[in-house]
Formats: sequence, structure tokens, C-alpha cells
Amino acid sequence: MERLRRTMMFVPGSNPSMLSDACIYGADSLMFDLEDAVAINEKDSARLLVYNAIKTIDYGNTEVVVRINELHGPYGRDDVEAMVRAGVDVIRLPKTERKEDIYEVEAAIEEVERKIGREIGSTKMMAAVESPIGVINAYEIATASKRLIGIALGAEDYATNMKTKRYPDGLELLGARTQIVIAARAAGIYALDTVYTHIDDEEGFKNEVELIKQLGFDGKSVINPRQIKPVCDIFAPTAEEIKKSENIRRAAQDAKEQGLGVISLNGKMIDKPIVDRANRVLQLATAVGLYKEEI
Amino acid sequence: MKIIKSSMVGTLESSDIQIRVEQRDELGIKIQLKSSVEKQFGKQIRKVIIETLESLGIDSCLVIAIDKGALDCTIKARVQCAAYRAVGDAEKINWEVIN
Amino acid sequence: MENSIGREIPDEIIDGKKVYVSPFFLNGEVVKTAHSIKTVKPGDEKLLDSIEEAIVKCGLKDGMTISFHHHFREGDYILNMVVNIIAKLGIKNLTLASSSLSSVHKELVKHIKNGVISRITTSGLRGELAEEISNGLMEKPVIIRSHGGRARAIEAGDIKIDVAFLGASSSDTYGNASGSRGIANCGSLGYAKIDAEFADKVVIITDFLAPFPNVPASISQKDVDYVVKIDKIGDPAGIVSCATRYTKNPKELLIAEYASRVIVESGYFKDGFSFQTGSGGSTLAVSRFLKDEMLIKGITANFALGGITKPIVEMHEEGLIKHIFDVQGFDLTAVKSIDENQNHHEIDSSFYANPHNKGCIANKLDVVVLSALEIDTDFNVNVMTGSDGVLRGASGGHSDTAACAKLTVIVSPLIRSRIPCVVDCVNTVITPGESIDVLVTEVGIAINPRRVDLIEKLKNINIPIYPIQELKEKVEGIVGIPEKIKYEDKVVAIVEYRDGSIIDVIRKVK
Repeated sequence: MERLRRTMMFVPGSNPSMLSDACIYGADSLMFDLEDAVAINEKDSARLLVYNAIKTIDYGNTEVVVRINELHGPYGRDDVEAMVRAGVDVIRLPKTERKEDIYEVEAAIEEVERKIGREIGSTKMMAAVESPIGVINAYEIATASKRLIGIALGAEDYATNMKTKRYPDGLELLGARTQIVIAARAAGIYALDTVYTHIDDEEGFKNEVELIKQLGFDGKSVINPRQIKPVCDIFAPTAEEIKKSENIRRAAQDAKEQGLGVISLNGKMIDKPIVDRANRVLQLATAVGLYKEEI
Repeated sequence: MKIIKSSMVGTLESSDIQIRVEQRDELGIKIQLKSSVEKQFGKQIRKVIIETLESLGIDSCLVIAIDKGALDCTIKARVQCAAYRAVGDAEKINWEVIN
Repeated sequence: MENSIGREIPDEIIDGKKVYVSPFFLNGEVVKTAHSIKTVKPGDEKLLDSIEEAIVKCGLKDGMTISFHHHFREGDYILNMVVNIIAKLGIKNLTLASSSLSSVHKELVKHIKNGVISRITTSGLRGELAEEISNGLMEKPVIIRSHGGRARAIEAGDIKIDVAFLGASSSDTYGNASGSRGIANCGSLGYAKIDAEFADKVVIITDFLAPFPNVPASISQKDVDYVVKIDKIGDPAGIVSCATRYTKNPKELLIAEYASRVIVESGYFKDGFSFQTGSGGSTLAVSRFLKDEMLIKGITANFALGGITKPIVEMHEEGLIKHIFDVQGFDLTAVKSIDENQNHHEIDSSFYANPHNKGCIANKLDVVVLSALEIDTDFNVNVMTGSDGVLRGASGGHSDTAACAKLTVIVSPLIRSRIPCVVDCVNTVITPGESIDVLVTEVGIAINPRRVDLIEKLKNINIPIYPIQELKEKVEGIVGIPEKIKYEDKVVAIVEYRDGSIIDVIRKVK
């Protein structure tokens, strides 16, 4: 089953102590940033810090993502080369506007994979949409490559591009958010929401996470370890959901054992999306310790 | 690679190491190290600095290092960066030897 | 000779004393010592014009023992002031028995070099003074004692105080002295009270004379010989210098959260329990998480013990903690509370932690949360010397509370700037492993194998549990294996366990 990506924690690639400590906080994914978080004159040092960190430090089951600089700039290609060589899990594009952006980065990645003998296609990709044109092209972006595992919203620049600003209720982002989730679902990949910068506003953060959960997002970008637990708690299934899902999973297993083509529960037919969702619920529940699978 | 100018990388923050590389006429790598963990890891830190420089084909330079408890991977990264900053601009990173 | 935990104690150091066997081995019958009293007649004036006059009137001579408390921490002016004057008077060869010493006392280095001070007993050493001692400054080794151990030693006569110079935030001219109601307040005078009761001569030094009677008084007129008023007893900013807000550091918070969960699942977290937490970092933040659990489960604590801070006072005022037993106040909230809250009690270091005190309140402690500089695979804890072997900490109440509490939790990051916390063998043992129950780090916990009951209780805790050996290997995998510190033979400090036995020695660093 696909891994959980409830939280993606941003870590500046220029900070050695954060790079080594990052995985103790239980984020599902870590995003080491070579782009916005790193000053121009430290692009080279951050690249080497992240390269050496990925090669040496044991990040356990945490997914390692690196946000590279744009390919057309002076740093992007070197970032790709370094990160593919380091063995990164996912390369995240800084700003994605059309499918060609994906094609270009993919080509750059594949070139390095070939050079070093890494399995072609093993380096995954992630797109980040932060402009109106990117939102419009979300579906073509989401389907542009088999490597693409997810699409994120980067809202800091988006609101400005839209000639509005960030409001507590997030209505100004509604269009972008729904477009991205729809595109992600249609393409069968992850939808990741943007960061919430008011670290001390716990109430405001929870409200935003409840909203994006309702919209169908798979997870949220976080910038501080404190934000991780609230996201996991909100995405955790209720006891009722867990019970229902258990029943569905059992029904699916029974059908399989009996060689039946159709799964039924309480007289109703259950099709694949429902079973998938049930498995997802149990996966989420297990991750927060609310469910233990009986073998 | 030949060191032709001086360069500096890194900060004085905890868990980091500040590396300054300078050109040196005599053969050999000379290290001036000040470390918060000199007694426990001084030998290891010098070893990592030398090995990293040697792997880049550098056989002569002066390294002035102020260490605040950086792990080996951080030391490597800082030395590699300082070395590349101290050679000619045309020199592209040779990834084959970087590891 | 090797003691029971494998530490080598040179024979010339043992010199008639006992070596450590186990936490409660030396708990037979003891005798309390008494001190001499110079009587005071009606009309006698205790208020003197200067510290110099007090020193002379006390008859301080070469070879005597002087004592101080450390309630003014890094803001203390008194110790340096008094020793400077003693030096000017040409008195030499004194034993300094301060309850602890800070980096502000680096002036002592010159007095040691000049032979004014030739012996020291203290709980802690920091800064330049500590480094110099580690490098062999003193001929006679320093004796490191815990708070409880110091009280025991004073009551038993092992420390015979000739003159106690006790700073007080306020005092009247008859010697009723307090840590409150003055200009530079410190709250509880818990460490000073014992000196006042057992020293032959007691001098109160204050910068605020209050009208008689200055009650309630931490130190009573019955124990005081002289009172001196000076301009400033200390720097208020240095007196309450410790961080007493909850940390925001995410790693410290994570460790504190794990520790809180260990306590909650341990079986000791129930209505009426008692606890002690530290004054900063993870050790204080644990109380924040415990508070949440107490509110959810409707649990109140019967008492909180030790060094008191704003978060503890707030819990007390919110009804979550019934009583506070305060041996040291760390901030102004604690100072205010000890005056205003009737169940916020001042206690002295003997009542707090002396193993030879019938009512040692640490005996009743359920849970204590402590820190560590190093812990080894036998769970022995070092809070005294750094990983480089240099003196830099304090024994404090660590070994006292760890021995007595039903659950002793050590909180520490696995690594501090490449320095591993879990090691093969600590540089110095302050608290023996059998007093330590659980180590909590940011990557997981280790439970002392002796505590089969805790291993059972904590097995479903949803935090990774490791054998301590594995934590050590984990940390070595990250930082590498540190070189062993090289020492010379010379012993610079003797670590005396709370019962008076010798648990370890600290040698001169090479």
C-alpha cells in the first residue's frame, strides 16, 4: 500500500543540526530545501550538506524529499545531479507551471540515473503549484510523468499572484486547493497542502487542517515539529470509522478466500474504491496507535 | 586539484564547523583546529579533513577550522565546499570522487 | 580499593572513611553534633559596622572552616566580598564549605594560590574555578557532596563550621533573616538554615534592614551572632537567572513528552502522588505535559518538592498541587508564592534530603525527573564532569532524590554537539545505576533491567524501547567512538555519597 504522507516537514538545507535531527519528530516526509531557504551565496554549501547528509544519516522509514532550484537557473542541474547521486527518494520542483517543466526535470534526472547506474525511474518527483497558470494546468502536470507521486500547493506566492492576500478562513485559496485535489485524484497521486506560517496560532492551524482534510488533501506541509501531532490527530480516523473499515477489510478477505468475484457486506455490494479507503483508514489508525492488526 | 585562492565555508553554530582553506607553497596538508570536542574527537576530525581533501586530489593547503561538534558528514560537506571554492572557477565538481 | 560499582578509590583517599556499597547501606544509628554558643546579654548589639569587624569579632583564625549558601547563584556578591576581606586580614589555610559554587566565584582562584583557602567542600563547581581545580590547582582534593550529604556531614560533625557568613535579603538587627521582603529576594533559604543551626558563629549579611521582629524568619535570632548591612548583597538579575519558562526547543519538548508518558504509564501517576522536576529544559517541561494529563484524568499531586519555579507555583495555585516543599526558589514567582501561599513551605536541606534525618521528605517522593551529562550502560549518572573530564556541574539533590524516589526518570538528548550522553563508563559517578529507573531520550527510552515491574508496565507505551547498550551503539554510530579522556594520578576531587561513603574520585586531566 502507498505510504502515508500526512506531514511533510520543511528543513533548510543549510542547517547541519536540523538535517541530522529532522527525523526524530515523526514527520512522514522530510523536505530538505535548497531553494527559498538557502541564500544565493550558500547554494553550493547547502547542496553538499544535503548530499552528505542523505548519504550518511539513517532517516529510517521517513521519506526524503529535496526541493531543488529551478532548472533554468544556475543551480538546478547541479542540484539534480547531487541529489540523484545521494539517493534521494523524491525531487520536488520549485515552481511548476506546465507539463514541460516536468519533462525537463525528468530528463535531467534520467540522465544522472543512467550515468551512475541507478534504476531508471527510481527517483520520484513532486510538483509544486504556486501560480494561476500552474493551477489551470494542474491536471496536465499531475499526469506528466510516471515518477510524479504528488502535487503540492505553494500558497505564499499564489495569493500575491492572485492580487489578494491570505485570510484566516482560506477562501481566497479555495479555487486553487480544489483544482489541485481534483487533478491529484484524477491522476491517482497525492495532494499536499501549503504551509501555515503562524506557528503560535494553534487554533488557526487546526482549523486549516480540518478544512483541507475535508477538501480531500492527503497531507499538509509543516515548518515546525509542533505542527506534526495536530495534523496526525486530525487525520486519525474515529473509532466508528475504524470499526467500519475493519468489517470491510474482513469482508474483502472472506471474498478472496472463498474465490468470490464480488465482495458483499450486510447485503450490500462493496467495490474497490471502498475497500481501498477502508485499508487507508486502517493504515492511518495504525500509524497513530489506534489500531493493531490481528494476524 | 590545486588550491589557488582562499575560501571559507560554514558557521560557528553548534553542530557545525567553519572551514577556511588557504593556498600553501609547501607540500602537505596543514591543519589548525580549534574544537569544542578536541579531546574526544580531535583525531577523528583531522582524519576526516585530510581524507576528504586527499580524495579531491588536493595535496597541499592550509586548513583553519573552528569546530562546534560537527558530525563527520558535515565536516566532509564543509571541506568539499571550501575546496571547490578555493580552486579555479572552471573546475566542476567531480562527483565520482566526492563520496 | 574498588567500591561496589567498580570505581577505584586510592587507599590514601579512603583514609578511614567508608567506600560506597549501596544506597542505604550506612543507615544505622548516628549521633548529631552540637556547636558552641557565645551567649548574648541584654543590651548587646549584634549590628556591626563592617564585615571586617564581624570577622575579627568572630575570632576567625588560620585553619578554620567558613561557610556560605548559594541561593544568590550567579548574582552573588557576598562570598567574593568576604573572602577578599579575609585575605586582606592575612588569615590563611581556611576550609571553604559553601553549599555550592558558581562561575562568579572565579576570584577564589587567586585566594587558593595565595594559601587563603586550602580546602573546599561544595556541591558544584563551574567556570574558571572548576577548570583550574581540574587542572590541579589545589593540593588537597575538593570534597563534592550532595545537598543531603552536606546536611548529613554538618549534623554529624564531619564539617565543623566555625563561621557561617549568610547572605539574607532582609534582616532585623537581632538576626531574624529572610530570603524575602528585601531588595534582592531569593525566597527559600533552605541551604542556609542548616549552617545557621550548626555553625559556632553566624554572621548575617544583608542590604535591607527591616524593623524588629522580621518575621516570618528563615533564620532565627536564636542562631545569629552578628548582623552586617552592606550596599548590595547581589545582582537581582543573576539571582533569578535560571530559565523558568517552558522551553520551546522542539527536541527538549519531545523528550519531555516522552518522559511524561513514561510517568503516566508507570503506575505511580495517581491521585495524591508527589513529584520533583528540574528548573529548566526538558526536566521542567515534563511538568507541562504532566499538568495536561492531571487535568484530563482529574489527578492532583499531594506535593511538589525541590527547586521551585513559576510553572510549579501556577499548578499549585490552580489546585493541582496541594503542598510545595521549597528548598530553593528559582524565580520571582516562587519568591512571591512562598510569602503568600500558606501551603508553600520552606524546608532546609536536612529535611529535604539528609539520609540521616528521620523525616527526610525525599523518602516520600514518588517521581523525580533529573538530567544527566552522561549515563553509562550500568545506568550510573554523571552530572559533575563533562565528557572531557573537566569539572562543570553539581551533585545537587540528584543522588538524594534518585535514591529515595519510587520512580527516577533521567531526561537527556542522546547527543549534545557530538558529545554522546550514553557511554560505556561515565567519567564520574554521582548517582549509582541502581537508583536510576528509566532513561528518556529523543529517540526512545531505556529501562533499568532491575525494574522488571516497569518493563512490564511500559511494554505498550508506543515509544521505542531499547536496551541501554543499543542506545550506546546507536549514538556511536552517529558521532563515532570518542577517545577516552586521559587523566593523571592526582585526585582533585572526592565524590562523597549522601551517606558519607566515597563513591568516586575525580582526577587531574592531562
